[in-house]
Amino acid sequence: MNYLLQQLLNALQLGSIYALIALGYTMVYGILTMINFAHGDLFMIGAFLCFLAGVTLGLPFVPTLLLSMAGAAMLGAVIERLAYKPLRNAPRVSPIITALGVGLFLENFTLALNPYPKHIAPLLPTHIWTVGGVSVSSLQAIIIVLSIFLMVLLDLYVNRTMTGMAMRAISWDRANAALMGLPVDGIISATFAIGAGLGGAAGVMYGLAYPVIDPYMGIMVGWKAFISAVVGGIGSIHGAMLGGFLLGAVEVLVAAYFPSTFRDFVSFSLLLVLLVGRPYGILGKPRPQKV
Amino acid sequence: MKKTALLFALSLAVAMVFSGCADTSGPTVKVGVIAELTGDIPAVGASCRNAAELAAREINDAGGLDLGGKKYKIKLFIEDNAGKAEQSVSAAQKLITQNDVVAIVGPNASRYAVPASEIAESSKVVLITPWSTTPKTTLDARTGASKKYIFRACFTDPFQGRVVARFALENLKAKKAAVLYDVASEYNKGIAEIFKSAFEEKGGKVVAFETYTTNDKDFSAQLTKIKKAGPEVVFLPNYYSEVPLQVQQAHRLGIKVPFIGSDSWGSEELVKLAGKDVEGYYFSTHYAADAATPAATKFIQAYKAKYNTTPDDVAALTYDAFGLLIQAVKSAGKTDRQAVRDALAKIPGYEGVTGNMQFKEGSGDPIKSAVILKIKDGKFAWFANANP
Repeated sequence: MNYLLQQLLNALQLGSIYALIALGYTMVYGILTMINFAHGDLFMIGAFLCFLAGVTLGLPFVPTLLLSMAGAAMLGAVIERLAYKPLRNAPRVSPIITALGVGLFLENFTLALNPYPKHIAPLLPTHIWTVGGVSVSSLQAIIIVLSIFLMVLLDLYVNRTMTGMAMRAISWDRANAALMGLPVDGIISATFAIGAGLGGAAGVMYGLAYPVIDPYMGIMVGWKAFISAVVGGIGSIHGAMLGGFLLGAVEVLVAAYFPSTFRDFVSFSLLLVLLVGRPYGILGKPRPQKV
Repeated sequence: MKKTALLFALSLAVAMVFSGCADTSGPTVKVGVIAELTGDIPAVGASCRNAAELAAREINDAGGLDLGGKKYKIKLFIEDNAGKAEQSVSAAQKLITQNDVVAIVGPNASRYAVPASEIAESSKVVLITPWSTTPKTTLDARTGASKKYIFRACFTDPFQGRVVARFALENLKAKKAAVLYDVASEYNKGIAEIFKSAFEEKGGKVVAFETYTTNDKDFSAQLTKIKKAGPEVVFLPNYYSEVPLQVQQAHRLGIKVPFIGSDSWGSEELVKLAGKDVEGYYFSTHYAADAATPAATKFIQAYKAKYNTTPDDVAALTYDAFGLLIQAVKSAGKTDRQAVRDALAKIPGYEGVTGNMQFKEGSGDPIKSAVILKIKDGKFAWFANANP
């Protein structure tokens, strides 16, 4: 029982990071029906900004987190302006290719600066509480609570504010939203910035939890978060959260009860089966075809 | 007029590309180096490059190699394999066909050395890997016989796995061990399996044998499983960039038993990345800088003076790989590829920085001993020797 609880806690920590990154994929897809494959690398940039602010400049945790989020958000908006906006009316495959290019650019740019993996020294004092054989570290608690807090904040923002309403309107019908006088370009930039900012926050938390960072760290995590978003139902915010926690749980539990060599094989087979049954993901809905 | 000028400039550029940066100051011994300068283990590549440059400079400053009355300078062609198997292959091809090297030193990690060795073997060019310990590097996968042109400066994993298993049983008095290793990496997988069979052969029991794949960062599920199995020692035959994450996560889960490792721990980056989390742990490796022979001390001082850091095992082994190669070129008396290979295979014994070595009959694997290092106050300290 303790063993299961410990593994569930591990799953919650991993899942909350996947979920935060998955939100970036889902928001961009929701508003532009485009998959921003550079998002995993924005997450990596978030971790490197955390290294710069927290270790090189020696800032405490909260300013580090805010700086990394702001930096990633700005970069996200800039990338949208420079790399995706000119392609908005291009065939749908073009921005996807551009996104892959942007991702490779970010990786190799970071690599060119310094190829060495970096160690993020702990920014927070770590306590380990043992409750009935289950170890909980303060870091683990902070990651889980902070991720859930950010997700709730995003949910409120999208559903309760004017900007959020505009985002939803544009995702429903961009051409008509523009005719109604909505500043489409500005809202799209804001969506990118928010998604990237959440990715940056995930980068910080990942960097603290797994404190050796390198320029390629975003690739695998990015893919897994993307898969989470699709499984949850891409375009749906609740779906991305659910998908992230689900993938974290499946990965950890498969490793816990099967030989760990089977982990990725079994977990991705399960997800494939799920998608065959529900091709739009758990919470996704088919888009109405516009005529 | 403009067109002719452009054409002229273009042909000049093409000529420059094909001639390379031609050094016309006399005859040279061209040696290729393939190192992991970027990618996941850049510290390994940097050590390899530094030691190669040091070895070449020492010979060139002394006037060069005397072959048949003529002084030959060493000319290095250093290629970055970016920590990728396919780039190791193309680097080997480029060095052999385009740069026309006599022999290649590197790559270091087994997962790059094995593919590069295939190219060298089929092109009949000597390749000496400083650091690749997997048996597959020098063995032909199809026939199981030794490759003719592939050599190494280090011991092999079967030897190292047994050394670590014996150390865990005898010195640490551990009867139950756990292993966590990268199943996608040649080296990690091979040594983990040898450790397991050697440990159980000698009466111990491996209670958890857990895997992950390259680039994983979260090991919590596997470590929780290890904790539940209750080992007395945990063996992590993984690279210096991954071990810090593994020990930190293990400590956070409350695993308190000692951790031991293999020669992939041997970079000072390990301590930089892991800090106090690896203090007091042990690993097996090729040499101990603090218990060096006089020959080794000379190398260590020269390296320190030049690069301002203590040479790690990769640097020492690269230096030895050059030592072996140069001795072979000397005794061959010419820079012919086949002659160098034959001379290298016949080297009776070589006293290197990492100890004495000689090649087994008909094989590129040297017979040499290992050392166990302990991490003490953030430094690697000699703890014990282990002979074959």
